[in-house]
Order: sequence, then structure tokens, then C-alpha cells
Amino acid sequence: MTTPPFTPEKPRSQPNAFLKIFSKIPWTWVITFVYLAFLLILPIIAMLVKASSEPFESFWKTATTPEALSSYEITFVTAAAAAAVNGVFGTLIAWVIVRYDFFGKRFLEAVVDLPFALPTSVAGLTLATVYSEQGWIGSLFASSGFKIAFTRLGVWIAMMFISLPFIVRTVQPVLTELEKEVEEAAWSLGASKFQTFIQVILPPLTPAILTGVALGFSRAVGEYGSTVIIASNTPFKDLITPVLIFQSLERYDYVGATVIGVVMLGISFVSLLAINLLQAWSKRYG
Amino acid sequence: MANLNSSLNNFEGDRPQNSPEPIKSTDKKSLAPAILIAIAFLYLGLVLLLPAANVFVTAFSKGFAPILEAIKQPDFQNAIKLTFTLAIIALPLNTIFGLSAAWAIARNKFPGKSLLLSIIDLPFSISPVVAGLMIVLLYGRVGWFGSWLETNDIKIVFAFPGMLLATIFVSMPFIAREVIPVLDEMGTDQEEAARTLGASDWQIFWKIVIPNIRWGLLYGLVLTNARAMGEFGAVSVVSGNIANKTQSLPLFVEESYKQYETEVAYSAAVLLALLAVVTLILKEILERKTNKKQS
Repeated sequence: MTTPPFTPEKPRSQPNAFLKIFSKIPWTWVITFVYLAFLLILPIIAMLVKASSEPFESFWKTATTPEALSSYEITFVTAAAAAAVNGVFGTLIAWVIVRYDFFGKRFLEAVVDLPFALPTSVAGLTLATVYSEQGWIGSLFASSGFKIAFTRLGVWIAMMFISLPFIVRTVQPVLTELEKEVEEAAWSLGASKFQTFIQVILPPLTPAILTGVALGFSRAVGEYGSTVIIASNTPFKDLITPVLIFQSLERYDYVGATVIGVVMLGISFVSLLAINLLQAWSKRYG
Repeated sequence: MANLNSSLNNFEGDRPQNSPEPIKSTDKKSLAPAILIAIAFLYLGLVLLLPAANVFVTAFSKGFAPILEAIKQPDFQNAIKLTFTLAIIALPLNTIFGLSAAWAIARNKFPGKSLLLSIIDLPFSISPVVAGLMIVLLYGRVGWFGSWLETNDIKIVFAFPGMLLATIFVSMPFIAREVIPVLDEMGTDQEEAARTLGASDWQIFWKIVIPNIRWGLLYGLVLTNARAMGEFGAVSVVSGNIANKTQSLPLFVEESYKQYETEVAYSAAVLLALLAVVTLILKEILERKTNKKQS
């Protein structure tokens, strides 16, 4: 504590000097950038550099082996199917939560977030049990010859499980903001309920639904925990891309894992961009 | 997604002000509401509720004894310890980062602000397996720091530090994301008033910012914790899944299931499911506190 002898007696000068130093070094920035640089940016760069050290031809060859191509098809088509189904049912659930009062509503609302809270390996375990041939739901379908767990249908179910809250939680606030007056005006002008829904409610809701579907899709594409447990992980049947990366690593095939990982990363960036554009679009209605 | 979060953030005392009142069946003739509600429950039942109920039913099908028996296994106990240790270390680190980032973003105007927001959100769009792969490529034997780490005898991949890095990675964005809208809503009046009265940054932080953002921060902490304790994919890639050493509880569930020890798998799963139930309850309470209806 060395206070200069000729400082005038101003108790405020101490905190002011303190503030000045702090305003010069915004430590919040330092923490933010150091943290992001080391834990997020550096790993991404490491992977991109590793992949770019591979000549383009062999990169392409590794990225498009028949096994990889089939895994892309299985992953993206199944994820799209799951997100689309949730686009319909998620919107319906959001509608029911926002517009109706009924017994068990709070329970329903809380339960929608379950996939955010339940660890994915637990989800995979219980879905594999429930949808197996002896399971509660699987046995209903087994008699008609449908096998769900350990097939691509199982992957689809797991993807629906984990992507549902994204759609509900994206549509719900937009639906809450919608003004009821517009609908009432449409009714009073003689529009049927169906017409009102298609022509008055759906257009402002569409960007939100698409954003939710894109978020759900992007989550489903990257999902590993629940899908690896419910699938049989057989190539060309139900082997998804994240599992393929994992298997490549287990074989110490670092190049293969990296190349396919970069393909996945590229797709993440594209879907992030699409989601941002969709959100900018939906803002016009917000 | 911060822009979707347009709901009001009222703090204690204020009554919720949701714009449209839910209709209490205005037209009794229409069956539509009943049908739609039934479909909602049916779909949630098939996809979420029955699978969730199954965890508890299967785990408790033979009473508590098999669960208590399973918990006695050292592998199981180590998995619980490891899961808690990961969360206990990842949570404070991500909190410090989340608060700093939220402050930097909400209290400054600068070009590239939305880009920075997107970068912070990246861990949500990157597949957990790819996240784990990145850590392996950085710290693994063939990675950038691999040879240096090996000569200095530091193990990151297939050891605890790698699992911690993976956990931090996947749960990084939650707090910043929840706190930014609260800081935006709060405005700078109180802070400026305090500053004029001579409060230090530290005093402003503890006496003004923290009380204002506490529910949003807690909400972010609950989500961070759920993800940190439950992460499977990223942690699985970097762990090597060595029983008794690098096996967290979610990994233990999968491993037991693969070894056909279904009873043990469900005993571990039910603990994680209880954690999920607690998370959902806390979420509900905090959503009511912050008067927000979305995550």
C-alpha cells in the first residue's frame, strides 16, 4: 500500500483509478476470447488442418467410399424424415399448449423438454427396450412383421425423440405472439376454421416451423448416443455417419475419421447458416 | 436463438402477462380441441412418455434390491464419482466463461456481434462425435500436442482431462445464451447509477448484476449441469471407456447394456432419469420465476 505523499485527500480517487485500469483491460473480453480460442477454435482448426494435409484426390476417395455414401444417405434421409414428422406433431403440440386449457397441461409442457434433460444413452437404452420385439410398443408391431429396434426405423424413432423439443420450443413463442384478432376477423368474414388455419395462421408460423425443423434436423444428424444403442450399426443398413466416425477411430483410421468428420462439420456450418437465414426471415414477422 | 426470446422477463412480484388468454372451449360444439389434445398426448406418449416410464418400471420391476446390489459394484460407484467430478469442474469454468461472454456481448456494440454469437452456439451444431474427434486430433498420439504430451508423460486422451475437455465443449453455450437476454432486458440504468455513486466494477457485479440475472443464470446452470452429467457421444470418443477409470455414468449404462447386464444398465439409467426429472422440475420453477415460456 504505497500512497503517494502529496495526493489530496479524495477518497474517490482510489476507486476511480481502479476503474480506469479496468476500462483499459476489459477482462471479460480476455476470458471470452481465450476460452473460445483454446476450447473451440483450436480444435476446429486442428481438424481442418489435419484434413487439408490430405491430397484432394484421396480426401474425395475417403469421403465417398460406398460405406460412407450409404451412411450419409441413412443419416440425412432418416433425420429429415424425423424432423418432418416432428414439424407436424411439434406444431400441433405447440398449438395445444398455447391455445387450450386442459387437465395435465403443465405436465405436458414440462415433458416436452425431457429429451434435453435425459442423457442420450438412457434414451437409447429405453427406446431399444420399448421398441424391441418384446417391448411395450415393439411387440404391437412385431405381429404385423415390423421390426423397429435394431433397424433403420429404430434410428428414426430415436431421432424423433431427440429433435421434438426443438420444434415445439421454436413454434410456441411465435404462436403466443400471434394476434387473435386477425383470426377472429377472418372468422367473422366467413372463413371456415380450416381456411383460417391455412391462410391466416400458417403463413406467419411457417418461418418458425422451418427454423424448428432445421434445428431438429441438425441435432438428429449429429446424434450419436441414442442412435448407436437402438441401431444394429450394420453398414448399408442402419449405420449412420457419426457411428462410422466412431468406428474409424476404433480402427485407428484417423485419416478416415477426420475426412468424414470434416464432411459432417461442413454440414453443421451449412445448417447453421440456413438456421440463421430462417431466423432472419422469421424476425420480419416477430 | 436469442431473438426468439422476446418474452418479458419480469422479476418477482410482477404477475405474468401472457398476451392471448387460452380459450376455455368457446364453442362447445367443436370436437377439434379434444381431438388435437388427444393426438398430442398420443404422440408424446409413443415417443417420450412410454420410453421414460419404461426406465422406472424396468428398473424397479424387482424392487429396490437389484439396484442396491448394482450400486455396490466398484465400477458403478466410480462412474458416479467421475460423473460428479466432471460436472463440478466443468460448471464453474463454463459459468465464468458464460458470464464474461454474456457481459461482453450484451454490454458492447461492435461489428461481428452476431458472428460471435453464432460461434458461441457452435458446440450445439457440431456432432458430439466430431467434437470428441477434434480433441483426439489435438491431444491424441497423432495430434498436434501428442508428441509433446507423450515426452512429458501427460495423458489427456483416454484419460480424465480429455473427458473434461469434451464435457466443457458440449455444455459451453448454455449460460451465455440464457444470461444475454436478461442483461439486454435489464438495461444499464442501475449500473450507471451505481457507478456514479462510486461503486467499483466488482461491487456492481455482485450487488446489482448478480441479483438481477440470478434466475436466468440458475436456469443456464441447470441446463449446463444436465448436459455435463449426461453427455455421451463426445465423452465416449475421448474416454477409451476403461471401466473403473474413464467410465462416466452414461458410458456405464451403454457398456452394461452391451454386456447383457440389463439390470445393471437400468439401475444406472434410473439414476440419470431421476437427474432428468429434477432438471425438468427446476426448469419449470425457474421458467415461472423468469416468466419465460421457452428454453
